[in-house]
Amino acid sequence: MTAPLLETRALCRSFGALTAARDIDFSLEAGARHALIGPNGAGKTTFVNLLTGVIPPSSGAILMKGRDITRVDQARRVKLGIARTFQINRLFRRLSVLENVYIAVAERVGAAPSMLRPAGARRDVVDEAMQVLETLKLTADAGRRISELPYGRQRLVELAIALGLKPEILLLDEPAAGVPSAESHIILDAIDGLPRDIGVLIIDHDMDLVFRFAQRITVLVGGAVFATGTPREIGADPNVRAVYLGRAGHG
Amino acid sequence: MTPPAVAWIDHPAAVALAGRHRVRAWEAIPWLLALAFYFAFPKYLGFGTELLITILFALSLDLVLGYAGIVTLGQAAFFGAGAYTVGMLAKRGIWNEPITGLILAAAVAAAIGLGSGLVLLRTGGLTLLMLTLCTMALLEEAANLAHDYTGGFDGLDSLPIAPLLGRFEFNPLYPTTQYLYVLAVLFVCFVFVRTLVYSPFGQSLTGIRENTLRMHAVGAPVRRRLVLAYALSAAIAGVAGGIWAQANAYVNLGTLGLDRAATVLIILVLGGYGRLYGAFVGAVAYMALAHFLSKIYPTAWQLGLGLLLVVIALFARNGILGLTEAAARRLRAPRAIS
Repeated sequence: MTAPLLETRALCRSFGALTAARDIDFSLEAGARHALIGPNGAGKTTFVNLLTGVIPPSSGAILMKGRDITRVDQARRVKLGIARTFQINRLFRRLSVLENVYIAVAERVGAAPSMLRPAGARRDVVDEAMQVLETLKLTADAGRRISELPYGRQRLVELAIALGLKPEILLLDEPAAGVPSAESHIILDAIDGLPRDIGVLIIDHDMDLVFRFAQRITVLVGGAVFATGTPREIGADPNVRAVYLGRAGHG
Repeated sequence: MTPPAVAWIDHPAAVALAGRHRVRAWEAIPWLLALAFYFAFPKYLGFGTELLITILFALSLDLVLGYAGIVTLGQAAFFGAGAYTVGMLAKRGIWNEPITGLILAAAVAAAIGLGSGLVLLRTGGLTLLMLTLCTMALLEEAANLAHDYTGGFDGLDSLPIAPLLGRFEFNPLYPTTQYLYVLAVLFVCFVFVRTLVYSPFGQSLTGIRENTLRMHAVGAPVRRRLVLAYALSAAIAGVAGGIWAQANAYVNLGTLGLDRAATVLIILVLGGYGRLYGAFVGAVAYMALAHFLSKIYPTAWQLGLGLLLVVIALFARNGILGLTEAAARRLRAPRAIS
């Protein structure tokens, strides 16, 4: 058996007396649709920050395809193929949708340090950014500023920036958060349409979304893995229902 | 590798991005005006030279503040570094050729920018603001103490600057050489900054300004980019300082002071930052205002300036250029709605 796409071994992180991640053993397979759920304060965001290298773990290891990347910094992990979206939009608000994606693509193909050529002269980067927008049906908005877009569309740009990085691993932090239900189908369709070979980890509260997409679910409680299984197993697990679904099941 | 079947170059957004660096016809206006000024006001060329240097200095600030989003109060540190480089080398008879002198001034300022930037740009916000101020204050005090080299409080005067290209003398009473020289240097620096801000590097700087966290998340080496931008901006400020010392044949502690750093910030905010031409508009507006206000009310003319700034800060965050852009949009809007 080959090594998983992304794996953590006994991953721990404490902030002073608070242990936000406790001995997390986790693995994400290539092409997986995996969901990470858990009540507020369960350590979901800490886990994402550990995976992306925003914060270092207190102990334990992170491996990508069997290679130890625990000490690899954030920028280099992006180059290795780990991309994320944010729970709250973090976009370049005064730039156009196309420019937002351009920045990501330029960074990936190594065009960004170039100082003496105009940005528009990198046709390859412009072209690729437009293609990403096309896959998300965003081309009609390509010239608009982020601040002029409805919130649901902005969430799509979050996704577009991440896709511009051509990730092998995509971490979606509450992709539909804050989107009015009338628009949320746009996001769901977009997630449906993600390339099959990308390993996707969805962090969410939204049970409809989680049960629609996930093939596997990991439940995080108090910084530790509480249960892992298929949606059916998790849905039927009385302990999970007790600590999580029962309390916060209808959001 | 075959290119993709679909090309997006015809899409309006792609066209806009591909062509946004093209030179517009109106961009000739400031340069034509500057040339016209030379012929129309031969008596005011001293004022004109000062104005052009101020524009150059404000342009250097626009690169870091307007594009990279680094809020600094210490930009005069680099202006002064450039000025003292030219001043000390000329006074001691080591080097007094003007053009290479400017290159040296740029190199020294860039080195200080690089060194301080590596430390300062680990911080942000108010901490960064205070640290830039401290760096400048340290340099100023060092220049004050190193009396033997810098002339201390009195500065260095009667700098023996060699004629430009071995031919054109710098005459302090009839600064025709200075004016044209400064205009040419401003043009070269402007072309450089303009190229820079429209490049992928410039685009990534605006990305850092708009959202630093996201830039980290797309794998950008954020600090390296910021330090580089800071050093380049320092080099341009160094050129402005160096040319100021050459044009005035004089350098003093004022080139390193908070007064100069604050004034250039005011100028940029007044004109509109992150817009390239904000430096031009702001410098002209500020210096014209200062000129007339001080004539009307010599004792407290800065009061008028202060009031104007309050109004700008409250109602026109994007400065004079921001106001004109808004007005232009409003004029076009009725057609766009339909």
